[in-house]
Amino acid sequence: MTQLTGAEIVIRCLQEEGIEYVFGYPGGAVLFLYDELFKQNKVKHILVRHEQGAVHAADGYARSTDKVGVALVTSGPGVTNAVTGIATAYMDSIPLVIITGQVPTHAIGQDAFQECDTVGITRPCVKHNFLVKDVKDIASTIKKAFYIAATGRPGPVVVDIPKDITAQKTEFSYPDKVSMRSYNPVVKAHAGQIKKAIQMLISAKRPMVYAGGGVILGDASQQLAQLVRLLGSPCTNTLMGLGGYPATDPQFVGMLGMHGTYEANMAMQHCDVLLAIGARFDDRVIGNPAHFFEQPRKIIHIDIDPSSISKRVRVDVPVVGDVREVLQELVKQLQAAKEKPDQAALKSWWAQIKQWRGRECLKYDRSSPIIKPQFVIEKLYEITKGDAFVTSDVGQHQMWAAQFYRFNKPRRWINSGGLGTMGVGLPYAMGVQLAHPKSTVACVTGEASIQMCIQELSTCKQYRLPIKVVSLNNRYMGMVRQWQEFFHGNRYAESYMDALPDFVKLAESYGHVGMRIEKPGDVEAALKEAFARKKDLVFMDFVTDQTENVFPMVPGGKGLSEMILV
Amino acid sequence: MRHIISVLLENEAGALSRVSGLFSARGYNIESLTVAPTEDATLSRMTIVTTGSDEVIEQITKQLNKLIDVVKVVDLSDGDHIERELMLVKVRAIGKDREEMKRMADIFRGRIIGVTDKDYTIELTGPGSKLDAFLKAIDAAAILETVRTGASGIGRGDRVLKV
Repeated sequence: MTQLTGAEIVIRCLQEEGIEYVFGYPGGAVLFLYDELFKQNKVKHILVRHEQGAVHAADGYARSTDKVGVALVTSGPGVTNAVTGIATAYMDSIPLVIITGQVPTHAIGQDAFQECDTVGITRPCVKHNFLVKDVKDIASTIKKAFYIAATGRPGPVVVDIPKDITAQKTEFSYPDKVSMRSYNPVVKAHAGQIKKAIQMLISAKRPMVYAGGGVILGDASQQLAQLVRLLGSPCTNTLMGLGGYPATDPQFVGMLGMHGTYEANMAMQHCDVLLAIGARFDDRVIGNPAHFFEQPRKIIHIDIDPSSISKRVRVDVPVVGDVREVLQELVKQLQAAKEKPDQAALKSWWAQIKQWRGRECLKYDRSSPIIKPQFVIEKLYEITKGDAFVTSDVGQHQMWAAQFYRFNKPRRWINSGGLGTMGVGLPYAMGVQLAHPKSTVACVTGEASIQMCIQELSTCKQYRLPIKVVSLNNRYMGMVRQWQEFFHGNRYAESYMDALPDFVKLAESYGHVGMRIEKPGDVEAALKEAFARKKDLVFMDFVTDQTENVFPMVPGGKGLSEMILV
Repeated sequence: MRHIISVLLENEAGALSRVSGLFSARGYNIESLTVAPTEDATLSRMTIVTTGSDEVIEQITKQLNKLIDVVKVVDLSDGDHIERELMLVKVRAIGKDREEMKRMADIFRGRIIGVTDKDYTIELTGPGSKLDAFLKAIDAAAILETVRTGASGIGRGDRVLKV
């Protein structure tokens, strides 16, 4: 058998995995790998401008498809720059394989140039990581990395490869299968637990379905819709779950949580049976757990990760398994069940929800002479016919996008929920646009977030990515300013940004189209013009109301039903 | 509540730091942690003594199971089990103390494994409470140095932790 170098083997493995794009940035420790990338054209390399952008782009690619995203960075600073991207993916359970260069094996531990303890630094923010010390182990390690990243509760996996290993030679054969005695994720749920769940759901008077990112990652939105229809219950999505249930469906009560709708939060608080699916009851979702438990309710929790169950709240019926399989089984058994949900009880539950909806918690001043950020998102929704891929950064604009863009399909809403990483929006949009070259991709951002990865505008030019950047520019780190207004006596410590760049000229200097929009009357025309430019990246700088706040709001430490409302 | 948890894990570089990192990252207590390869050299066995409410212990076992290198986890405190710890104590042994130390070591079924004209090194095994009792029983001023391994545990009878 012919002998291949470690570098050739790595690239062959990526080809075997059917990898379309690798997002990366070269450097000393990965030169052999780049040399091999150069010699082939199956795997395309996307050259970013900062390693953080590489991991975010791979992450955006993965979120918008059901594939594993791949990034390639060099040792030392390449890795440390990538860490924010890796931690972001880890918090949201996104399958990634990150290949990192390492100094040669003989130099490890010698404080060599561009050396860092990659396995040590990334350990707390990966699903697993490997240091490959023998060229013979490369193929099996990469196979394992893809398997671990994509199965069970997905997550990022780092494969650290010393430079000398990429130069050494061995025979190559890519394993067909992986079998690991220490890693066997549960797929099929316990039948008894499903039975208990069915009984509890049928006997519910005020049922509520709360579905999170697990439904998206598990490709189970169809099954979720079937189940919710059978139950006749309201359904809410978490920030990560948006699009998992169609937002325009009458049974959808909006997003829940800190900036969730009044009706979703009230229904969470007052339901008698709560079905949680692929969600983890985090602090931004249920607020104060003690307050949450002041109302008695039974909880059924479906999750692939046993450690997500009974972590923050006590659960009555845990169901560990693959979300799609579990939902299919629930639908099947509900259809076959003799007893049906109590229609009279449901009727009065919906009457109550209707009353909560009447509170119109998302209303805002539509007659303002200054552009309201909510208005921009509403128009964005209309003009893209609700069919765009929307990435966002982190802050007020993210919440408004989540509240006002009604996602009817999964994998359309791409944002950093867990880690809350400012700067993800643009590189996410790059990954999404590459995965869906014919689709409309909008990046909703703010003038603070966008500057955290602004250098990627250059990458967008190189690969001609016609992303539409919708920047809601209020000259503040809006969410920080909002908290300072509510909780810190209007003292806007360091949340005002002076000396902002002229974003129109900035976009132009990168070779893109820039637009500044200052009046509400110009919003629609500007968006239409921008989205009509199919081949250009258009940077829309919307000058928005500086004083606008995100409502409803559950202040930190408060209960879900203790919202601040408009 | 005190729990003693046994973990079988792949005997690979970094496996120990994954476990200790998990405990520090999630704020769990470690009273002691011992680890060594098993008769199957590809596996290590770890014994962790920790404290926490039932909810915390449940999370600890779940989080341990979630580590990719971990093959099996058992909370030994769920049933009958035996635990032992090894301690080496160096004590001053001069004059009449010399005879007294020998007697105390005998009473606790310790063995004197190091002797000089000034001191003894005593080897003692048993549950942690026995080792504590020994240290209390001898003259505190005579203790020169102690080292303890932390507890190792094993289930009684049919309770076997194996792959």
